[in-house]
Amino acid sequence: MKQMVIANHLAGGFVVFLGPDDRWCRWIGDGRVLEDPAEAEAALATAKRQEAENIVVEPTLIEVTIDDTGLPRPVEIREAIRAFGPTVGGGSGASASSGVGGHR
Amino acid sequence: MYRYDEFDHRLVAERIAQFRRQVKRRLAGEITEDQFKPLRLKNGVYLQLHAYMLRVNVPYGTLSSRQLRKFAHVARTYDRGFGHFTTRQNIQYHWIRLEQVPDILEELASVEITTIQSSGNCVRNITSDQYAGVARDELADPRVYCELLRQYSVLHPEFSYLPRKFKIAVTGSPNDRAAVAVHDIGLRMHRNAAGEIGFEVLVGGGLGRTPYIAHTIRDWVAPEDLLAYVESILRIYNIYGRRDNIHKARIKIIVNQLGIDRYRELVEEDFAASKITSRPELPQEEIDRIAAYFAPPPYEPLEDIEDELDALAASDARFARWLRHNVAPHKQPGYAIVNVTLKAPGAVPGDITAEQMDALADIADEYSFGELRVNHRQNLVLPYVRQRDLHTVWKKLDALVLATPNLNLLSDVISCPGLDYCALANARSIPVAQDISARFVDVDRLAAIGPLTINVSGCMNACGHHHVGNIGILGVDKRGKEFFQLTLGGSSDQNASLGDRLGPGLAQEDVPDAIEAIVDRYLELREEGERFLDTYRRVGIEPFKEAVYGTGEERAIA
Amino acid sequence: MTGLVRNGELVEDPFVDVSGADTLPERGAIIVSLEQWQAHRDALVARREPLGVKLRSDQMPQAIADDLEHFDVIALEFPKFRDGRAYSYARLLRERYGYKKELRAVGEVLLEQLHFMLRCGFDAFEIRDPDPLGAFRAAAADYTVWYQPTGDGRPTAMQLRRQRLQQQQS
Repeated sequence: MKQMVIANHLAGGFVVFLGPDDRWCRWIGDGRVLEDPAEAEAALATAKRQEAENIVVEPTLIEVTIDDTGLPRPVEIREAIRAFGPTVGGGSGASASSGVGGHR
Repeated sequence: MYRYDEFDHRLVAERIAQFRRQVKRRLAGEITEDQFKPLRLKNGVYLQLHAYMLRVNVPYGTLSSRQLRKFAHVARTYDRGFGHFTTRQNIQYHWIRLEQVPDILEELASVEITTIQSSGNCVRNITSDQYAGVARDELADPRVYCELLRQYSVLHPEFSYLPRKFKIAVTGSPNDRAAVAVHDIGLRMHRNAAGEIGFEVLVGGGLGRTPYIAHTIRDWVAPEDLLAYVESILRIYNIYGRRDNIHKARIKIIVNQLGIDRYRELVEEDFAASKITSRPELPQEEIDRIAAYFAPPPYEPLEDIEDELDALAASDARFARWLRHNVAPHKQPGYAIVNVTLKAPGAVPGDITAEQMDALADIADEYSFGELRVNHRQNLVLPYVRQRDLHTVWKKLDALVLATPNLNLLSDVISCPGLDYCALANARSIPVAQDISARFVDVDRLAAIGPLTINVSGCMNACGHHHVGNIGILGVDKRGKEFFQLTLGGSSDQNASLGDRLGPGLAQEDVPDAIEAIVDRYLELREEGERFLDTYRRVGIEPFKEAVYGTGEERAIA
Repeated sequence: MTGLVRNGELVEDPFVDVSGADTLPERGAIIVSLEQWQAHRDALVARREPLGVKLRSDQMPQAIADDLEHFDVIALEFPKFRDGRAYSYARLLRERYGYKKELRAVGEVLLEQLHFMLRCGFDAFEIRDPDPLGAFRAAAADYTVWYQPTGDGRPTAMQLRRQRLQQQQS
């Protein structure tokens, strides 16, 4: 099972993924895919240390699959919405259309 | 409307300064997230799926054009160019950064708007009738008491750590547009035998996981006793309310557990005892002082101009539809109440762009004495429009896509933000609302169907008030897929009722067809003058179950 | 560190909390639990030493309302800061039952709550902070205007507005 670490940035609130070098990135495509449970646990531990350092809030592991373009896609719809944004547009009337991001 | 004096300003400034310090301490790690969370909630700051969400109070739904312009400015400067009006007369922003919140609070404070206690285990925004002060059927303006209760409940030292949130609603009309029967405390203004105006007090109503209709705890409380009586209700709740289980912590649970008679006994005991020791007084002079802020605007002496309006309507079918559905009769001759619907086909219910807000503020200035209201169905109101300006106002609203003529009709759907935004949700509610409003576009058909409320919630917390929709739709998660359970027969008015479950959950794509089937069955069965709710109450759920699921066996859901 | 701030000063606690102990010492100022008070009432009264009682958040002050004269300190516990029952208990003790001596907030007492606690009638606080007194003073100054009356006698905004109006009229 492939996983990634997802969290919210404490000060900014936006969604972030643990990337290479244990840094956080906003785009899921830049994040680090964890191939086995041991790697996943280690990454989560790193993330929790960063939570204690007040960088992120509530880091968790999520399951992902890799699509045919190589992009990780969360399996659960809620995490997919976090990764790619709402499936609906904001605003009333004319501007209400499909949301941002690469939902499928 | 109420205007802050130096005391109100100072309290808000001190609160913002305190929160600024708290944010700083959190970012520096001096307090943990667990300790910070209730502090930020008490300032209306939620952490949602994508970002922080900020919930801003619109006290009892009354808004000035100046405040609306500030909402537009916040949307543009700190968010993604739009805001979202909620079912509790508040506005929310969904893309906020925590580090900017103290600045946003200062901006809002400059126009006398706060986020104080818009969340947290304390008394929340006091809500009321969106037609307060202008409705023909009104006994007295409830907003006077809403403002008194607002000041009474803000930063109350005894009640800032209640077992759970606490919601109060007030109606001044026998036609309850404030849904008092499904609030923790509901207040209904009416006259006693001596002809004096006072309050019927209801307690223990609420939606969510375990919905209840409120019980009457006292038939009549005099205005001067109102704050003291509310204090006793809150005190008994604070002491006896359950704290062992977050889902059993509302006052409705303890009222139904003890029974209303026992709860009343405890409250009356405290109320009698506080008379001797200390209670919050409400002298008539204070009631009068606040009432002065809600005096009517400088109306012109005008006549009703029905004939003129009829002639205009006859020559313009689109105007006629809007006039018929979105305009309500006004207390003052020559005036009208204009409902501004945020429900265009396919719209996100309650969402409004910064540009729309600014333009609407201009319209309010020119045609409504600079004032607006927020209702409970995610629409806005211009409360003081001259009848002779109706056609002009309609054209301006129409150009802004704010004149969809569907108030209280089927496509006037309310919806919580749902799984697209909210960390609590099980399913996406907005697409369901969009699908329904995009399917039912023909206004003449909608008019033929008549009043029919559809309320969509993305989870059991019921922020979409699905229990009290004529048709309620509840999103559930079944093995990772989104399903939607329908309920029928809910109502939030003075004859409040909770909806009955129709059957197993439906897939999202099947919901509009199910609504069609329900509507068609209603049209077949209805008798002269019956709304959907009336027919449902007469014939029961079986005909509608059949219509959606077929006769005999229920449709199998994977 | 945890410090006891009483009446705005950092003090040494003269009381020993024995509410969790199996036996009660014969001498010394002690704070007992409600159960210990009820079980050993006569003996405790006979000691003629400073005595305190500590109530848990599920123990209503009604239980000691008739015995207030025997206590030099009443400690009300906040087991978690979210548990707000003791705010009501404090007001009842001060305003309903007339308790006048030390009313102490113990347990998870956060700086953010000190202001509310003061208004409800607490005058002593167990504060966990590197600088308990400094933290107390800062927190107590958070607000200078209040809407609601409590027994603390601080004038509310309503009262101040009325005063101002009367001054203007005279």
